[in-house]
Amino acid sequence: MLVGYFTERPYQDPKSGLFGATGKDIQDLSLSNIDYDAMLGADLYNRYLDEKVYCEEMGFDAIMFNEHHSTPFCMGGVMNVEAAIVAKTTSKVKIVLNGNILPIWDDPLWLAETLATIDMISRGRLVTGWVRGTGRESVSHNSQPPFNWERFQEAHDLVVAAWTRPGPFRWEGEHYDYRYVNPWMRPYQQDPHPMMMIPGVVSRNTVAWAARHKYPYVMLSTRIEPTKLSFDYYREVAREEGYEAGPEHIGYLWKVHVDETEELAYETGRKFLQGPGNIFLEGSRGVASPVLQNLPGLTDRNNLLPTGQVGFVAASRGRSTSDADYSKPRAAATRAKAVKGAPKAKAPVAKAPAQPPAAAMAASYDEQLANYTIITGTPKTVLPKIRHVLETLRPGSVFFWDGDGAMTHDDTMRSLRLFGSDVLPAVKEMGDELGLISPFDRNPMHAPPIKGGRRAKAPAKKAAAKR
Amino acid sequence: MTTHTAPKAHTVELAGGEIHILEAGSGPPLLVLHHSTGALGWRPLHEKLAETNRVILPDMPGYSRSTLPEWARDPRDLAILMLQLLRKQGLRDVTLVGLGFGGFVAAEMATMNSDLIGRLVLVGAPGIKPPEGEILDQMLIDHGDYMRMGFRDEKTFQKFFPDLENSDVRSLWEFNRVMTARVCWKPYMFNRRLPPLLPGVEIPTLLVWGEKDRVVPMSIGREYARLLPNAKIEIVKSAGHLVDYEEPEKLARLIQSHAR
Repeated sequence: MLVGYFTERPYQDPKSGLFGATGKDIQDLSLSNIDYDAMLGADLYNRYLDEKVYCEEMGFDAIMFNEHHSTPFCMGGVMNVEAAIVAKTTSKVKIVLNGNILPIWDDPLWLAETLATIDMISRGRLVTGWVRGTGRESVSHNSQPPFNWERFQEAHDLVVAAWTRPGPFRWEGEHYDYRYVNPWMRPYQQDPHPMMMIPGVVSRNTVAWAARHKYPYVMLSTRIEPTKLSFDYYREVAREEGYEAGPEHIGYLWKVHVDETEELAYETGRKFLQGPGNIFLEGSRGVASPVLQNLPGLTDRNNLLPTGQVGFVAASRGRSTSDADYSKPRAAATRAKAVKGAPKAKAPVAKAPAQPPAAAMAASYDEQLANYTIITGTPKTVLPKIRHVLETLRPGSVFFWDGDGAMTHDDTMRSLRLFGSDVLPAVKEMGDELGLISPFDRNPMHAPPIKGGRRAKAPAKKAAAKR
Repeated sequence: MTTHTAPKAHTVELAGGEIHILEAGSGPPLLVLHHSTGALGWRPLHEKLAETNRVILPDMPGYSRSTLPEWARDPRDLAILMLQLLRKQGLRDVTLVGLGFGGFVAAEMATMNSDLIGRLVLVGAPGIKPPEGEILDQMLIDHGDYMRMGFRDEKTFQKFFPDLENSDVRSLWEFNRVMTARVCWKPYMFNRRLPPLLPGVEIPTLLVWGEKDRVVPMSIGREYARLLPNAKIEIVKSAGHLVDYEEPEKLARLIQSHAR
């Protein structure tokens, strides 16, 4: 099993009064960067990078980064720079990027070069994930939402081609055109390219896409039961593709904080929900902007995983939990109806009751502890809970999310130290005992074909036709 | 208001897709291009215009019931398709009326083919980067609020859309703005390659702006007036961006006095 560490690197500014129990809620993209303090930013970047090095010392197999833009809950706007630094300051850990936001790149060849450079400097420790981004990212880098999914797929294909296909060649796609693809660098990992992991929360498209490519799929802090169902969907697509997905194809990230006493763990764990935490997470003080979550054509809101049906998840993304989405068949009828009769002036009627806010639908801290989406305790008490999650989901990769929200450097270091001395060795033993094979033990891309897979023969045929 | 005309619905095949059209009246042809929110059927403006003209109201490609052209990336693509529609329908010497975003498309059409267009009317039309102010960005606000800003005030908006959240109109707008995002995401609602071509457009042009337009700054209207050699501007007092909703009769009279 691969065991990693993750934090979103929140921009914690105690002076701002904007976050946490003492501050006010914020709405996504509602803050001006006039309040950004670069001296504080310098301290925080250095703190988070130091913590990453300590993770390696404590025995984590991997450190995970993510990327968001124009928001205080994640300082990783240029995640690849952080990755390049730890490529040099660490020597063993896998550097997991979950992930680069492909659709916002107008020049994905440059991204292919950047990542190949990181893979070489780290001597093959890069794990590169891809995401579509939220509305925030599409707006911040002004990438057309209706083409988000097309650009995601084409940028991915281009990056893989740039890494694996001898250059020079020409690339003329729907969204990207290059007259000369021949980067003077190649990734260190060549079997067949750097390891990939695809993170996700609600999109069925992404799961199916990851399963078709045999890329490990990592669910991000979703509730346990719907997560299990989403992994079942991955396995179902895998069988259609003609292979059996194993633990090496499945990863899970969730919040675990370890501390010296039960009381200290409980009180420090509460800080997950304080400070500038990710607005999409249960209990966060932030509020997603419904406008940004409903940008035209960004997602197919009717193609959601079981995790997306959890009321909180839908509400935090500004989506209705009722049948108010505009799927194509429904829209056709609606459109016909809407254009048939011109609206006549009418007497005003009462407004429909508003959707309950995400915060009201979120599980409380104690509820999240009860359903294991947050685990806190001493090494002795967290281990059985971690075991329960491992037994239920059977992931080959796990990432412990800690040091977030309002947690201080000291909070984080205490937890990392205890992880190293008492938790990680036991967790790795559990992984061995449960047969949770990591993608580095068994390359997920080489999963052997199974008999009776519905499309078992199709890929070979397709490949032959291409040649 | 009594109904003088019942529009006839038909479709025309264009570039492999279907264009839905409502049509009524007789006389010189008059083509109305809708706002980016789409046409909500046959409205008082169209009815009034159909008293003097043959009024043709298409759903532009990708809007409402017309097929979405996957390849289109620019309002200019819509302009080309609308010119093909005129040619295909054998229409000449057309009075071309563009409402809001439809006016942007109409201005593009005018730069390409002056022969088919006899008169041009642009109502609160974007298309030019405003010398003063900004075009209201429908992508960064709730779409109901965007429509709300089209009216001179909240009271008038409520009169037309009292139960917006539960109405089919709302989902039509949500649907239509996908096409707007496909052709107009950036630059938002203007084309830097349009103004240099406008001095060559000799078609007599009427520019109409609502005095209280909160969506498309009037500075754009003045810029059109400066660049087009045969243009005049009319300000409709107390109207917002959606002059066609708020003052259909005044707007119809202005168009009729300018039309063929």
